[in-house]
Amino acid sequence: MTSTQPAPFRVGIDETVPLLRVRDLSVGTSGATIVDGVSFDVAAGERTGIVGESGSGKSLTLRAIAGLLPRGVRVTGGAVEYGGTDLLTMPARRRRALMGPEIAMVFQEPMTALNPVMRVGDQIAEGPRRHLGLGKAEAADLAVQMMARTGIPDPARRARAYPHELSGGLRQRIMIAMAVSCGPRLLLCDEPTTALDVTVQLQVLKLLERLCEDTGTALVFVTHDLAVVNQTCSAVDVMYAGHVVESGPVAEVFTAPKHPYTRGLLESAPDFDRPDRELVPIPGFPPNVADRGPGCPFAPRCGYVVDTCRTQMPPLATVAPGRLAACFETDRLGEAL
Amino acid sequence: MSDTAVQLSGVTKTYGTGTSWLARLTRQRAATLTAVDGVDLELRRGEVLALVGESGSGKSTLAKILVGSTSPTTGTVEPTGRGKAAARRVQMVFQDPYSSLNPRLTVGAVLAELLRLHEIVPRAQVRAECERLVNLVGLEADVLDAYPSQFSGGQRQRLAIARALAVRPDVLVADEPVSALDVSVQATVLDLIARLRAELGLSVLFIAHNLAVVQHLADRVAVMYLGRIVEVAPTAELFSSPRHPYTRALIDSIPRMAAGSVNDEFELDGEPPSPYDVPAGCRFHPRCPLATDECRATDPPLLDVGTARQSACLHADQLATIPLPEPGPLEPQR
Repeated sequence: MTSTQPAPFRVGIDETVPLLRVRDLSVGTSGATIVDGVSFDVAAGERTGIVGESGSGKSLTLRAIAGLLPRGVRVTGGAVEYGGTDLLTMPARRRRALMGPEIAMVFQEPMTALNPVMRVGDQIAEGPRRHLGLGKAEAADLAVQMMARTGIPDPARRARAYPHELSGGLRQRIMIAMAVSCGPRLLLCDEPTTALDVTVQLQVLKLLERLCEDTGTALVFVTHDLAVVNQTCSAVDVMYAGHVVESGPVAEVFTAPKHPYTRGLLESAPDFDRPDRELVPIPGFPPNVADRGPGCPFAPRCGYVVDTCRTQMPPLATVAPGRLAACFETDRLGEAL
Repeated sequence: MSDTAVQLSGVTKTYGTGTSWLARLTRQRAATLTAVDGVDLELRRGEVLALVGESGSGKSTLAKILVGSTSPTTGTVEPTGRGKAAARRVQMVFQDPYSSLNPRLTVGAVLAELLRLHEIVPRAQVRAECERLVNLVGLEADVLDAYPSQFSGGQRQRLAIARALAVRPDVLVADEPVSALDVSVQATVLDLIARLRAELGLSVLFIAHNLAVVQHLADRVAVMYLGRIVEVAPTAELFSSPRHPYTRALIDSIPRMAAGSVNDEFELDGEPPSPYDVPAGCRFHPRCPLATDECRATDPPLLDVGTARQSACLHADQLATIPLPEPGPLEPQR
């Protein structure tokens, strides 16, 4: 099915470094720092989840990588290296040329992300025409192929539909077809299944997993749902108040967390497989981005807090092989949940 | 006093999409949407009954009928009543605490208005009653002078619950009350609902799409599909041995934390059919892995299967013999 798809335009990629390296990334408005020194790596073909609550800065981190920050919000420091090259210092024109063939994004609400007055097939074909240099008919064929690959029934007919004529699940598949149409190496997903029913969510998660496995595409998956990350990703970064507070393999982070916030999240969320477990909410609520004092932002809600936590921000440091946590008291957390 | 808080019998709600003068001239039949199609449901006194199903299944329409904000096309809601007294009996908590509180009134003004209108307490005691209400939902009395915008989502949802409780209802209808909240504060609101049920003897209809939340809070669960209740059962039984293939498909779709508990035997293809065009026979048959010719011809009624549970499936007994996967251990997969 991919036989008619030409090799996508590629930039020089340094294969010896991780595909994506985010280093000390800070994002803010004129008055407040919302993302504060975030660092993480994503290897080629790896699936990484970023979890956090509303206001944690997880979506802005993703948007900063894609260069799609909302008006009034800008990157205030750090680097986003893609294949060894910093995207932030690259000329805007070159960076835009990467969006599509190298990096693509899937948004939460397909109804607002799709053009309402353009047929979905034409919307999918736009990228391949621009980036792969396909002609109109070739690109239209590719769009139908892409729709078939994302499991849309009767793709040739559906390609002529407008977004409002399709269900939420189909619209999200259209967005995914659009994102992967130029064969990106990195797919950024911002809560792509939050607006969907649970039965459709499962279909979309499986689709993303299959597409990434087939093409070796790396995935960065932002969500607030720990179980979705557990099923989709192999690595996870946990964000709180603009910081990555814990990072590591999903199977380890979710069973033996090394940061009190991760532990709190796991203990407060109902787990279908352990119905009798008592839910322990995290006391208090996340800090306001505008007035963040010195020290660990989680300190006011933390059960393990010591005096140092209130004055110094703990650095994100290796606490076990492959495990990072930003906590002075990580040793007191104990072992498994 | 009976054990039934609310009884819905044969409740149907259809919405006409309106006939234009042109359609009327040409005598076309108006398209009707059947949001709720012949629902019999009992909400027992003091229980939390969860209502689950995909979007468009009619959950919210059923909730609106229960609180009396819309009336059923046919069927009855017992006890019946009109006016202030009936409005007081059933109160609602909405999904979005950011749009369900008046931003121009202080919390105290919102509560005081209700207390005066419904003459819940003598005027002199209104302030004291307001304080009692916010304490009941775990907030301090000083919140009464603040505006809703000064609170976080979790606090606002507590205030929305306090507002619902101000008129001392018997029944609380909560439509997705925690789905707009962050995980770390969801648990506090769930605990609050559980505590209020225990302390005040409230009957709660809890509408949710997160089945892990439902499993945590509900005593019984009713599963809706395209306007019908397709299965009702006590929570533990429903989740351990579903008797309707749609329930089974919902369970198999839940994102899980334990390894090995994912099973796609009942994974559903496609999405729910349009409620404008409900399939003949069993309305679930086009998506059902167990469907037979009989299912395409017969519309199965909701019948007793075992004690205290009901299912609308011709193959309910066959389904009971297909085991759910055992959840794996919660251990690192090294």
